[in-house]
This record gives sequence, structure tokens and C-alpha cells, in this order.
Amino acid sequence: MSAGNSQTGMQSGREVARARRSANRRRLRRAFLAHRGGRWGLGILIFFVALALFAPLLFNRATLSVIHATGLPYQHPSFQYPLGTDESGRSVLARLAWGTRVSLVVGCAATVISMVLGTAVGILGGHFRGPVDTVLNGLSNWFLVIPFLPLAVVMATVLGPSMLNIIIVIGVTSWPGTARIIRAQTLSVEGRPYLERAKALGGSDTHQMVKHVLPNVMPLVLANTTLTVAIAILAETSLSFLGLGNPLEPSWGGILDDAFSNGAVSLGAWWYVLSPGVCVVLVVIAFTLIGRALEQILDPRQSVVA
Amino acid sequence: MAIQSQGFGQSTHAEKRSWFRRNRDLSKFVLAKLGGGVLTLLFVVIFNFFLFRMMPGDPVGLYNRGRNQDPVQLAKLRAALNRPIWDQFVTYMRNPFAETIDSTRFSRPVWGLIGDRLWPTVLLVGTAIVLASIIGVWIGIRAGWTPGGRFDRISTGFTLILYSMPEFWLGLVLLIVFAVGAFGIPGLFPTGGMISPGLSGGSLRGVLDTGWHLALPCLTLTLVYLAEYSLIMRASVVDELGQDYLTTARAKGLLDSDVRRRHAVPNALLPTMTLIFMNLGFVVGGAITVETVYSWPGLGLLSYDAIKGPDIPLLQAAFLLFSFAVIIANVTADLLYAYLDPRVRP
Amino acid sequence: MSLLEIQDLQVTYRGTQGDVPAVRGVDLVVEAGQTLGIAGESGCGKSTLATAVLRLLPRSATVTGQIRLEDQDILAMTWGQVRAVRWAKAAIVFQGAMHGLNPVRRVGEQIGEPIRIHENVESREVSSRVNGLLEQVGLPAARARAYPHQLSGGQRQRVMIAMALACRPQLIIADEPTTALDVMVQAQVLKVLKDLINETGVGLIFISHDLSVLAETCDRVAVMYAGRMVETGPSQTIFTDPLHPYSAALAGAFPRIGDPAFRYAPAGLPGDPPFPGDLPSGCTFHPRCARAIDVCQTSDVELVPLGLGRMAACLRVSEGVL
Repeated sequence: MSAGNSQTGMQSGREVARARRSANRRRLRRAFLAHRGGRWGLGILIFFVALALFAPLLFNRATLSVIHATGLPYQHPSFQYPLGTDESGRSVLARLAWGTRVSLVVGCAATVISMVLGTAVGILGGHFRGPVDTVLNGLSNWFLVIPFLPLAVVMATVLGPSMLNIIIVIGVTSWPGTARIIRAQTLSVEGRPYLERAKALGGSDTHQMVKHVLPNVMPLVLANTTLTVAIAILAETSLSFLGLGNPLEPSWGGILDDAFSNGAVSLGAWWYVLSPGVCVVLVVIAFTLIGRALEQILDPRQSVVA
Repeated sequence: MAIQSQGFGQSTHAEKRSWFRRNRDLSKFVLAKLGGGVLTLLFVVIFNFFLFRMMPGDPVGLYNRGRNQDPVQLAKLRAALNRPIWDQFVTYMRNPFAETIDSTRFSRPVWGLIGDRLWPTVLLVGTAIVLASIIGVWIGIRAGWTPGGRFDRISTGFTLILYSMPEFWLGLVLLIVFAVGAFGIPGLFPTGGMISPGLSGGSLRGVLDTGWHLALPCLTLTLVYLAEYSLIMRASVVDELGQDYLTTARAKGLLDSDVRRRHAVPNALLPTMTLIFMNLGFVVGGAITVETVYSWPGLGLLSYDAIKGPDIPLLQAAFLLFSFAVIIANVTADLLYAYLDPRVRP
Repeated sequence: MSLLEIQDLQVTYRGTQGDVPAVRGVDLVVEAGQTLGIAGESGCGKSTLATAVLRLLPRSATVTGQIRLEDQDILAMTWGQVRAVRWAKAAIVFQGAMHGLNPVRRVGEQIGEPIRIHENVESREVSSRVNGLLEQVGLPAARARAYPHQLSGGQRQRVMIAMALACRPQLIIADEPTTALDVMVQAQVLKVLKDLINETGVGLIFISHDLSVLAETCDRVAVMYAGRMVETGPSQTIFTDPLHPYSAALAGAFPRIGDPAFRYAPAGLPGDPPFPGDLPSGCTFHPRCARAIDVCQTSDVELVPLGLGRMAACLRVSEGVL
């Protein structure tokens, strides 16, 4: 703070705020890298993102087609097929690498929808209060109460199996938790002096929400985002396992569906069943670790970032 | 909560008055909770109607996606779905549970189908929730009482990993290891179903056989629920640790274990109890994926079949039932919480 | 034999940023039936001192010195012996009664709990004793069935006092028992406490930041600053004629209406009490002291007897300047 104050003399308010925010970001980055769990999470995540990006270079897409499969069905792991082969003799490792792309894209895209919805509903409810808040709050409570999987299943079935539909279904059903947290934070931000000032100076509602409330709830949104990605990836895995994903672009859950439907379990093909799940667990843990690290760093009670 | 009279003479009168006031507040509280529940149920019912009818295209096509139906069924379907939508809505709202359309996959009335599958689900999920709450609460108390200790580090790591697993994958792994047999472990448990062919559930052998079939799916679900319960219980215990009343209890000369058992746990248990009670609502919804993995003949497997169809009438009925169960459990949990916690009790 | 004798008590908390000495060499004596007041700002170590007597400090605290209760060395006891002493010999009335009581159990149960632990008595006797205790502190016996949140702040504090009396201890330590109560209720609670001391003849350690309350209640007062005693003496004289500049500031913080001396005296004290992990050199009070001279920054000060049962730890006082 003291460094910021000494140079604020001639700057405009906006520049002061920008300088403070970028200082906060630097502090956040340093605190995050000092957090052991956070470092592990980030490491695992970088590995899987790299795998997703380089999948086309590492594994020829053509080998994923059932007709062009190179191996025999259900081969044990070997030098040629490090994670064995599936029911049509395709490399499980290659399928996993391509599946990483689907799982990560669906998880992140669904999270974006969920975050935008949750943040908007939370800020609107917290800012306007009154009847707007009552309606929005009622809506979030309703979504919180309804059992997630049956609701998602019903919606996905009606929309038909596709990657886009899975993204929409998860995004639309997973926002209320975020909305609730953001609403609480908005209410506390609303009471702060600079917002009173913005109100007194006649700032429009949009101005107040976008310029004052949003930047202040962003850190919380960030911490919540990573936790929501974890939930979204788990949800995607379940929905795809139930056959609601795009069968031509299988995610990790879709691969597990293939394994289960083609009798990999009764044939004891553990490599085929085990590996997609390990990937899910690792990625979910990575996001959870990152989210918990951010939460700890951003928690006002242990405040590192003001 | 207002300042109460301090003398002896007035206290009986004041207490009687406050008893009446409490009773009035109580009925208001219960009515508000029940009213909220009914409103949510109504919303579910309406949602259930429109979700399946507001889709673009021919509703008959949706209900009949990708299958050839026998003409009698198809005619019935058309008659039901081609009426004006408000007319349908009014009929539907008059009795949302009416069986206008049979299951397209089983060609039977949906509620009969669901009734047959209810008991296995209640057996499986109910057992798992009871086991998970006992073990999970125990782990949570021990871990939370000495946070950062060895037990805490091990159990929290373990539960976090469990929490990050898709539950059906855990089921698949247990199935492949303990039922099919892998890594040198012989297959000890059946690979699916609820009872061996030829046995009846009434005999002693039948009961034991059902228990043997129950073991793996129940273990899977117990582990999944346990992770959640123990994490929540741990957090509530940690929240209580710094409280002054624990210092008071220690100052009174209580053993550390009694301070925990008689003072910390009753306070920490309340939020966890509410969560467990809310989860009882999921007993009915069951575990769609886990029942599928173990071909456990409950509502979860039935829902899986309905998705694979897709069997829209069955799916609609199942969704309605699951939502009702969860909402009713929620309202009950709210009321129970108010009953158990004297601070909330009006 | 004194009821309580504390010699050279030192309490240090081990923290992530180094050790924090909260109490640094305190001596005190309480005789049976005597009341000792301990005054000081928050963070000066008075609550640490109180909880150390029953060894209630967290595991991160190291305690050295001697605490003798009825000639038994508390610090040398096994945990089993400590538990037997807790509440039966010495009881604590905690601050702010809101959180000192378990919110989900009836107050009657909580008052009776130590009786059940320490004495082998039937439950009917326990409840009749609980009723008696409640009446002793001026609450109707029927209040035993209430939960803490159903009582007002003053009533909860009375419950705490009744609880402290449950096992008829020889020593009661009251840690800010009237803080956070409004003035009228504060007076009522103080009266209850004073009456009890007169009736039962227990020894009392009364901890408060309010010197005027202590002057009214106690025989002797000790003023603490940054983990040490800076002045002790008969309570009235400390209040009306403080020696140490810090005691003077504390006494001045609660002006007496109508006393012209207070109208012209500079009220209040600049700055905050020092953080125990980072204490000033020499006399720890010198950065805030209006009368400090250069030597105060370097020379350590000890309590010096000044006659009439008074002691003070101030170079300028012992020089006779003040």
C-alpha cells in the first residue's frame, strides 16, 4: 500500500485503482506460487493442457477410426500400446489424449456459462434487492434444491446427445452456487464508501455494477471458477457415461461408456477402465487444489490480497 | 429474546405469555417452510410439463425418437399430444401423476414400473447413507479435533481423492478388482444383479445372497457419501475449536474426550445432520450410474434404461418422483434443524 | 500459607514469526478472602495470566515459574491432578458470557456439570443445588431450563457466576466479567459479585481494564503493562493517587464527575500498547510516556517498594521526581 500511496500524487482515480489492482495481481501470483497445493495443481493442469494441445501431433487421428485400428482387441499394455488397446484394437492412450480435449473444452465452456450466469444473477440480485432479488433468489434456490443429475439427464435427453448440449446443460444447471456467493459479496461491497460516493454522484446502475461491484467480486469469481470447472468435468463424465455425449468425439466419460458397454469389465481389461478415470481424478484434484489455494489466499481472514 | 422480568412474582405470567407467543411463532415458521416447499414442488411440476413440450418440432417425434411403435400405442400418443397445449396443461395440472402415456420401452404404466423398482433402491442407498454417516461423522470429528495432525492429513487427503472420483468409475474399479478379479485378486463378489437366479428373497439363503450382491455397490456408495460427510463434519468441528464455551468446559475439569463429546460434537453435528437428512431425499433418486454399473435393479437402472430409449414418459415420471423426494427431504431437514438447534427454534 | 502464590511467571507463545512473550515475570499473592484487581489494556497479558493459573493455555504456550494454589504446585501436577483442581479449587468467570456458555445445552445442565464431575452426588441433589445457585445470583430457579440465547447479557453473566460457585471453590478468577454489559446491568452484576465475596469469603482475582470498577470492588490492585506488573498497592490509593504514569493514564481514562483535577488533566494516552513480539527496549512504556527521559530507553525497570504497601516500576518514581 505504502508504495502505491507515494506515487499517487498526480494520478487520476482510475490510474490509482489500476495500479492497486495490478499490485494485487502480482501479490496474488507470488502468494499462489508459494502455496504447495496450488503449485501441484498447476503442474498437473499444465501437463493435461499440453497433452490436449499436442494430441494431434502425438497421435494420428486416423488411428482413432475403428476401421483403421492398428492393434488387436483388448491387448495388454505393451511398448507399442502403453495403455493397451480397446475393443476394436485402438490405442487407449491415443483415445485418452484426444478425449482430454473434449473433457477440458466441455468443462471450461460449461464453467464460462455457469460463471457468467451466476455472477450476473448474484450482482443483479445484490445490487437491486427488492423484488428483483426475491425472484432471482427464488430461482437460484430452486436450482439448488432440484437434484442435479436427474435434471441434467432430463434436459440432455430432451435436447439430444451432443457436445454443445452437454455444455449448455451443465452451464445452465450449475450456476446457483456461484450466484449465492457473489450475491453475498455484492451486498457487502454495496455498503462500502466508494459505492455510496458513486451513488451520490449519480452513477448509473450499470456504471456502479460494472465499474465498482464487478472488480471487487472478481477475485471471488476466480476462486469459484476453478472449483466449478472441477464439478463441471465430473458432471460431464457422468453424463457422457450415460451416453448423452457425442459418440463420435468421446470425452473421458465417453471412453468409460465405451469400455462399460463393450464388456471391458467382465473381460478384466483394467487398463481400459482404469486410465480414463485416473485422468478425471487428476484433473479434478488439480482444479480443486488450485481453487482451495486461491480461496485461502483470497480469504479476508488470512488476507494476503486486500 | 426481549429483556425478561427478573422478579419471581411476574415470571410465571411472563413465561406463560412467552409460551403462547412461541407457539404462534412456531406455527408461522412451520407454515412458511411448508409453503416454500409446496411452491418449489409446483415449480417442478410446471417445469416438467413444459420442458418436454416446448422443444421445437413434433412432440410425438420426441416421445418416439428412433423407434417403431405398435400402432395402438402411437395412436394413443398422438391423441394425448396433439391436443392444444393449454388444454393439455390444464389436464396435467389437475393430476400431474395421471398415467396418460405408457412407458414407450416397457409398454406398461410408468408408476407401476417405478413401484417395482423402489425397494431395491431404498435398500442400497439407504444402507450406504446410514453407514457413510456413521463412519464419515466419526472421521470428521477425529480429523477436525486435531487439524493438521497425522490422522487429519491422511483422512483429508483420502477423502479429497474420493471426492474427486466419478462414483461410477469407483464402482467399475471395485467391480473389476473384486468381482471379475484382477491383479491376482480372485473374483469374490457377484458382478451384478441383486440375487442369484433361482433363489427367493424370502428365504434365509436368499437374504444372505442379497447381502452378498449388495456388498460392492453399497461399498461404492458408502465411500462416495462418506467423503462428503467427513469433509463437512471436519469443517464444522474446526469451526467450534476456538469457541469460548470449550475453554469453559475444560476449565470445569472435563476430560478432553468429554469436552469433545459433550460440548463440541453436539454443536458441530447440527449442520452435518441437516446435510445427511437432505441427502435422504436422494435415496429415491438413487445412484443412477452406480446402479447401472452393478445392474442393480432399482430406480437408477430404470432411469438409465429410460435415457437409453429414450423413454420420455418414464423419464418424466422418474424426474417428478426424484424432485419430490428431495424437496420433501429438504423441508423436513429445515424443520428438524429448527427442532434440534435451540437458537433457531422459534 | 497463602491461597495463591505466583512467582516469576513467564508465558511465551511459540508463533510462526518467532516467540511472543505474553507474561514476563509476574509475582503475585492472593490471601483467602482477599480480592485482587488486575488492570491493564487489552493485550497486556492479563487474560493469559488468568488462564495460566488453571493451565488452560494452548499447547503453543510455554509456562515457567511457579503457581502455588493452597501450597500445591500447579505446574508440576499431572493432567489428572490439574483436572481435579480445576473448578473444585479455583473457578473462572469468563468474559462476555455470550460465547462462554454452550449454545445448545440448557444453562441448568451447564451449571450442574462440574458438580457431577467433581462430587459423587445424586442427580436430584445436583438440581436442587443448581436452583440454589441461581437464586444466590438473583435468578429464578426456573431459568435453569433456559438456553443461553433466551437470557439477556446480564442474566448470562449471572449464570456464569453461579456456575463458578458450583463446587464451592476457594478462588474465583473473574476475567472481565462486566465488559460488554451496559452500565446498569454492570452495576447489578458487580453487586452480585461483591455480595458473594462477603458471604462466602472466597479469594477473588478480578481482571478489568476499568480501574474505577476495580477500585470499587477490590482490596488491592495490580496494574499490568506489556506482560509485567508496573504498579501494585491498595486499590483506592492507586485510583486516586497513582504513582506510575501508566496507572495515572488508566485512572484518568475514567473521569470522576465534579472533580476539577480531571477537567484540566490531559485525558487518554497516545499510541497503542506494544505488540508483545516486538517490545521497546528499556522501560516498555517509554514510547508513550510523557515523562520519559533518555535513560528510560535503555535501563530496565523493576518493581520497587515505596512504603504503605505500594510498589511501582518507574525510574522517575523511584528517583522521587514524580
